[in-house]
Amino acid sequence: MAKTETMTLNMGPQHPSTHGVLRLILELDGERVVKCTPVMGYLHTGIEKNAEDKKYMHVLPMTDRMDYLAPMTNNLVFCLAVEKLLNIEIPPKAQWLRVLLNELTRIGSHCVWLGTHALDIGAMSMFLYTFRERERILEIYEMVSGQRMMSSYFRIGGVMEDVPPDFEEKVRAILRDFPARFDEYEALLTKNKIWQNRTKGVAVISGEDAVNCGLSGPTLRGSGVDWDIRKSNPYSGYEKFDFNVPVGQNGDVFDRYVVRMAEMRESLKIVRQALEGLPEGAWMARVPGVTPPPKEEVLFKMEALIFQFKIYTEGFSPPVGEVYFAIESPRGELGYYVRSDGTPKPYRIHFRTPSFCNLSALSRMVEGRLIADVVAAIGSIDIVLGDVDR
Amino acid sequence: MLEQAIIAIIKVAVVLFAILTACAYIVWLERKLVARMQVRLGPTRVGPFGLLQPLADAIKLFTKEEIIVEQANKWLYLVAPLLAFIPAFITFAVIPFGDTVTLFGREVELLISDFNVGILFILGVTSLGVYGVVLAGWSSNSKYSLLGSLRSAAQMISYEISLGLSVIGVLLLAGSLSLVDIVKAQGSVSEWFIWKQPVGFFLYLISAFAETNRAPFDLPEAETELVAGYFTEYSSMKFAMFTIAEYANMVTVAALATTLFLGGWQGPFLPPVVWFLVKVMFFIFLYIWVRATLPRFRYDQLMRFGWLVLLPVGLVNVLVTALAVL
Amino acid sequence: MEMAVFLGAGFVALVSAILVFTQKNPVASVVFLVVTLAAQAVLFLLLNAPFVAALQIIVYAGAIMVLFLFVVMLLNLGRDEFGPEKRKFIRPLAVVFALVLVLEVLAIFKTGLLDQARLTYHLDFTGDFGTVAGVGLLLFTRYLYPFEITSVLLLAALLGTVILAKKLPGRKGEL
Repeated sequence: MAKTETMTLNMGPQHPSTHGVLRLILELDGERVVKCTPVMGYLHTGIEKNAEDKKYMHVLPMTDRMDYLAPMTNNLVFCLAVEKLLNIEIPPKAQWLRVLLNELTRIGSHCVWLGTHALDIGAMSMFLYTFRERERILEIYEMVSGQRMMSSYFRIGGVMEDVPPDFEEKVRAILRDFPARFDEYEALLTKNKIWQNRTKGVAVISGEDAVNCGLSGPTLRGSGVDWDIRKSNPYSGYEKFDFNVPVGQNGDVFDRYVVRMAEMRESLKIVRQALEGLPEGAWMARVPGVTPPPKEEVLFKMEALIFQFKIYTEGFSPPVGEVYFAIESPRGELGYYVRSDGTPKPYRIHFRTPSFCNLSALSRMVEGRLIADVVAAIGSIDIVLGDVDR
Repeated sequence: MLEQAIIAIIKVAVVLFAILTACAYIVWLERKLVARMQVRLGPTRVGPFGLLQPLADAIKLFTKEEIIVEQANKWLYLVAPLLAFIPAFITFAVIPFGDTVTLFGREVELLISDFNVGILFILGVTSLGVYGVVLAGWSSNSKYSLLGSLRSAAQMISYEISLGLSVIGVLLLAGSLSLVDIVKAQGSVSEWFIWKQPVGFFLYLISAFAETNRAPFDLPEAETELVAGYFTEYSSMKFAMFTIAEYANMVTVAALATTLFLGGWQGPFLPPVVWFLVKVMFFIFLYIWVRATLPRFRYDQLMRFGWLVLLPVGLVNVLVTALAVL
Repeated sequence: MEMAVFLGAGFVALVSAILVFTQKNPVASVVFLVVTLAAQAVLFLLLNAPFVAALQIIVYAGAIMVLFLFVVMLLNLGRDEFGPEKRKFIRPLAVVFALVLVLEVLAIFKTGLLDQARLTYHLDFTGDFGTVAGVGLLLFTRYLYPFEITSVLLLAALLGTVILAKKLPGRKGEL
């Protein structure tokens, strides 16, 4: 009697569908996965440690580089955490701009998710369609900050600059075009029998398991748990916006897909409200010693010049204390823990990144399933490796 | 005798050249069409409309380093591409691509050989193509290759059955296994077998997609799961041979579909060869279109679909056709 | 011309048949077996039996041998399993069997058994011999019972395989 042996397959770190440098050690019985061990750390950047030797405002550009698909969200949470530490209020215009851009970021990030996810399952064209849409959002980034990806547009105390005059027009164009595009995606995928076969009932995780694994974001909501930090602990003025939180039922790849698709439409709703209700006024709080004075003053007033010089060389020192601030990133709960010892540099920063926590459910999702489902599961968790290893 | 031999050799040479060129330009067409469907431009740099792109690709592939994997079983590793390559071309020997024409005062039939079991010949030769795939995967001594080759061999064997069944309906109607006779049995558009065998036609189409490992059945080379499947470890011309074989197979099944269901080279107004090409191109276009649209099946779903859906439908179709013919 | 093809195909068939068992690598053996079968198909063609030739390729070379190859590949048999046979009596036994076979062939030719068979079974090597219609007609008239019995046998074998291969609970990991 021959004994069947399992085969160990090393998937990654260089593999087309591990979304970066994730490495999976798969134990296979034929095409069935017996055991799946994710190995992380191939993209370790040391940002946490690095942050300890940088002044607060110099930490900000590094946060862009973690979840590089949602740079604005990372900026936002860092700004909010430090602002809470400093206990400063930011002007409403900045708040609304932050919400607006944050939701655009969510759409952009979901576009990449949808494209790569569909590509993994074999629908190649989807990838290019969603990247066409993402391009529009990157154009907005470039418009407001001069950078397409590592924008660092949100600053401690507000936003970097006022938005340019044609900003509104561009965003309106997005609001006008995108719903039809989303319909197009849904027409290609949602009712497609092959897509349903590949995603329904695949990589199921129950709501209870999902909570126990520490999942968050659409990955959690796909399992029927209605939990969104924008609703439960509103920040940056989210309580003023009217939107729904789409929730799935079965916790399979298809439900996570449906949740994210619905989320993109909800985000458009928020963007529309934010654009229409965009208040006038300052975009940067005036907190002496923390936020730099406006440029016009710096150019013409001696004191302002000195203030700016002092802020950018010495930095500012928040009071001793610690703060944990979490927001809803496109991937889930993105929390920053910042501890200040009263010096211009943070004593410790820790990032609770959603990709990392969500990835912990991968083994549970794919064990006992086929190798093709691994790819679908990774796509449905929507990991960004920069967000996993930081 | 000698004259016939010379004519045969010329025909073989012309057909081989035509298919090789066709393969190169189908790649170009695919890149162009898929690009258009995906709001891209496709190749534009080499020649007008990127028309010289196949040439550039060929030069690139010729000059790439030949890699023979250290751990590979060398002999089989080298033979495998040939085993995939040759059957893909042999099948064209029996496909009629035009009527008899008079060239330089001689009657020349536009097919290489009228074999009285032509269709069986094609099925047999295509079934040999599996060896190239299986041996390539096994001899490369790589896990991705092995998984790819197992998948594809299982897939090809399974779908060969429904492919064969879909063809039987046509054979029953035509009462012959010779492709020439089958073409002649569909004299006018209304006699095309697609009208009498719609189920058979779609069965054939689906099985043919699977048989040639094209989307949505492109599991053996599902790049997002298995890197490049069975030819992951191949480089340079050996890699090119697999690719050319794949496209040659596409041309074969398209030509066969034309012959079996769309009346072969027959059609009004245009010369026969042109009709043949138009119909073949229609199928090629279908291939490309489907590839740009549909996601991929999963391995078990593919097998289930083949055995539990296509096979019974094929059997019933054969039964119904047989009863109708009786 | 015909003679040349016959000699060529026969030579290929013989040489590859010999190579089947001289190969150390079982996968290579399978490949040579396929070559043998293909060469045999050519011989069938020369015998004016294109249908049998096509079946030879489709069924034997195209399907059955692929399964052989599967098994050999997946069991991953090493060289030691195919090394020199340890049991000593195999070799003399093989010689005896070979001799018997040669004698039988000689007997058939010398005693005219072949002609006798041709008479008893009314074999006609012209007309529709070897074509689809001819073979089909024989299978469903004269050889109906053997044909049906064979198919039942094959079905039984098929079912047996399915039952053996189906993993029963509690027997996990064993075939």
